Amino acid sequence: MLLKVNGVEEECADTNLAELVAAKGLRRDSLVVELNGSIIKQELWQTTGLHDGDQVELLNFVGGG
Amino acid sequence: MDQDVLELGNVRFNSRLFTGTGKFAAHAHIPAMLAASGSQMITVALRRVDSHSPSENILEYIPKDVILLPNTSGARNAEQAVRVARIAREVGCGDFIKIEVITDMKYLMPDNYETLRATEILAKEGFVVLPYVLPDLPLAKRLESAGAAAVMPLGAPIGTNRGLETKTLIALLIENCTVPIVVDAGIGRPSHAAAAMEMGADAVLVNTAIATAHDPAAMGKAFSLAVQAGRMAYLAKMAEESSLARASSPLTGFLN
Repeated sequence: MLLKVNGVEEECADTNLAELVAAKGLRRDSLVVELNGSIIKQELWQTTGLHDGDQVELLNFVGGG
Repeated sequence: MDQDVLELGNVRFNSRLFTGTGKFAAHAHIPAMLAASGSQMITVALRRVDSHSPSENILEYIPKDVILLPNTSGARNAEQAVRVARIAREVGCGDFIKIEVITDMKYLMPDNYETLRATEILAKEGFVVLPYVLPDLPLAKRLESAGAAAVMPLGAPIGTNRGLETKTLIALLIENCTVPIVVDAGIGRPSHAAAAMEMGADAVLVNTAIATAHDPAAMGKAFSLAVQAGRMAYLAKMAEESSLARASSPLTGFLN
């Protein structure tokens, strides 16, 4: 299926958000995940399925003034 | 001075020095800087992750008793700023938000109009809104009416360390606004911070000058002392200036 992750289209075989996060090797503790404009809490990543055309934003806090 | 606290959004701040997490050579400098400076509120930014170079979790370096002030940097209009604010609150960063809307990438001047629009929306949603703006009195009054918890005028463009270039305009805000005035951006030296506090600013927000100092913890402490000195001088009420000399010793009873 085709997803848009952080603004970039990519082919994805992962079936849920937890798999997507794991496949990208991202730290779970500091990650903020938005799916189609809604924040998905970490405990729901496993049960949140991905579908063709979904827009995923993977965000985290960084240094800033 | 012990009773001299600054209240923002039901939080009482003993320190009038707010700090930022940007530009540190290593995140490990941040807790040491916070401890040395006594700063009780610090800014963070929200960004897309770079999966090619995963970064550390910056929140791990900020003690739990320090208030997080997420900024909306990167937002180019009110809607984007509102989105960042809502995300930050939803993931547990609290109700404080620094509105930063910038479209001018040369001088990083804040867009006052979009900032006002974002403030109107977020104040209604119960955020403690701290808008970063060019010092403009009519705008500051509108921000007040919109429910801003403070107004944060810039002293000089972000990261320039040039000090209080907008001093006379900031003075108008201090004289005429009822909400606290926090001078943000451009403060490069402790003496700049002291000057802002002597003028009657309620607090200052300093990032670059501390983070890029050779010793950020020591510089944090230096800024803390300067802010305290400036505040104390303001409360003590400054002696009058005079164009002519006024002898400090008696002009009578000389020994000759």
